[in-house]
Amino acid sequence: MTNPYIPLLIMGGLALLLGVGGLAASAVIGPKRYNKIKVDAYECGIQPSPHSIGAGRFPIKYYIVAMTFIIFDIEVVFLYPWAVSFAELAGFGLIAMFGFLFLITVPFVYEWRRGGLDWD
Amino acid sequence: MNTNLAPILARSTGAADFSNDTIWVSVIKAVAILLFLLLSVLFALWFERRIIARFQQRLGPNVRGPFGLVQSIPDALKLILKEDITVKAADKVIYLIAPVISVFCAFMIYAVIPFGPMVELPGGFTTPLQLTDTPVSILYILGITGLGVYGIVLGGWSSGSSYPLLGAVRSTAQIISYELGMSLALVSVLLVAGSMSTSEIVNSQENLWWAFALLPAFVVYLISAFGEVNRLPFDLPEAEGELVAGYQTEYSSMKFAWFYLAEYINMLNVAAVATTVFMGGWRAPWPLVTLFGEGVDQGWWGLLWFILKIWLFMFLFVWVRATLLRFRYDQFMAFGWKVLIPVALVWLGLVAAFQGVRHFTSFDPTAIDVGGLSLRTVLFGIAGILIVVTIVMYLIPDRGKKPAVEGAGAKVPEPADEPFDAFAGGYPVPPLPGQKLPPSTRRARVTTPAAPAEDETTDEEKTDG
Repeated sequence: MTNPYIPLLIMGGLALLLGVGGLAASAVIGPKRYNKIKVDAYECGIQPSPHSIGAGRFPIKYYIVAMTFIIFDIEVVFLYPWAVSFAELAGFGLIAMFGFLFLITVPFVYEWRRGGLDWD
Repeated sequence: MNTNLAPILARSTGAADFSNDTIWVSVIKAVAILLFLLLSVLFALWFERRIIARFQQRLGPNVRGPFGLVQSIPDALKLILKEDITVKAADKVIYLIAPVISVFCAFMIYAVIPFGPMVELPGGFTTPLQLTDTPVSILYILGITGLGVYGIVLGGWSSGSSYPLLGAVRSTAQIISYELGMSLALVSVLLVAGSMSTSEIVNSQENLWWAFALLPAFVVYLISAFGEVNRLPFDLPEAEGELVAGYQTEYSSMKFAWFYLAEYINMLNVAAVATTVFMGGWRAPWPLVTLFGEGVDQGWWGLLWFILKIWLFMFLFVWVRATLLRFRYDQFMAFGWKVLIPVALVWLGLVAAFQGVRHFTSFDPTAIDVGGLSLRTVLFGIAGILIVVTIVMYLIPDRGKKPAVEGAGAKVPEPADEPFDAFAGGYPVPPLPGQKLPPSTRRARVTTPAAPAEDETTDEEKTDG
């Protein structure tokens, strides 16, 4: 096999088959007894609070974490190819990458000092 | 280049050769990996329950089969026979897809993990014990891990219920935060190994495992791994006392089973990546190579070492679960962002600077002679001394140590004169500092602790659909 990605497709196909097959099997084998209470949302026995799809609320902090994550994830993605070809890129690559790390660290420190990383 | 220190700079020693594999060989390998994962999860369930039970002075499942080994099989079969409930408020399509995404992503990681070196099958056919390897395997692993988050967040969101939604956003924030620490820790390995291909990284560890050369990166990776797979002490998405079961709350039957399976396979995944990247992959521990020669480092032996190393990590997961308490969420996020990521960044800078000086200048810091000894010998000596000191300090009992005073400068109040009423206001209350609990009127009842009873069903983590 010269193309290393074909086995990945095979693996993906088999994994998907297993995943969907399992759900299908339980849908066929499992019992079906309808009960009005059973299909309600679970809230430890009390009447479920009204909750419409897409309108579930959660704290804004999670958005901030996600946005900070994007910045850092892009940084990491840039670091990977540099790390692999470290020797080929030589001193120029090293200095450029230190500059890049510095540019990422400044907003990180700024966010930290402004309390963007505090949970409360 | 100093030949003595060549392993620190081992670069591109060649990837595994897949040229013999046909489509059918790949299919057989893929099926073998899936079977390996499913059996490992069944074993892991038993393994975890037994070990946890031992930590808690119980026996754990011990009735079905030898040592209770087959207990997991009826547990798993039971899930398939349960009713598949779709809750009323759910977004039906996404609710159905989410567990499949989760389990799909969990299965895909092992496709690039090397189980062993080239082996010869009966009939003279040679093939590496690995499904495939790409030039970007590590990036692929991180990508698939990131994709796996979708399963959790969509599953929690589409359930149309409060607990799953909160569990899902918690889990997402946790996984993405700790993935950063994880991927930054991996960069320093890529720097010294010079490749993202998993088989090349294993080959680059022929003389020295990166866990020793890059210990801080290994520690950061390991801590992040706990956050990544939602295990105690970082199991906040499923904090039973707060969120019922987190994103899985509204799931039942096989859909629940897929989430559960994905969770355990993810443990195997991070263990396999840690093994491959830091612990020499399928390579034999070097004392064994010194003792028994190169033979134990070749062929099918690799499979044994690889599986042993994975289960070493699995034991660590269980050990930590039995030992540590759950973090509070704000402490947990602060730890990830304010400790792990800065440490990983500083470490990366140090490794890059060190390698830069070695490669691009005539000055070689590893060639420094200290009194006729090479730097490596001196560092190993210092490490050895530190280890011995640590062990000695651990063995010396803490004698003459004053009991710690609670709080900074807090004064323990003088014992009150009035007798402590344990039922003040009608409810049993604990004594405050300084108050003394009156002796129990039922002291005669206190005898020796009960002997551990045979335990099969009272396990904490029953997999109820």
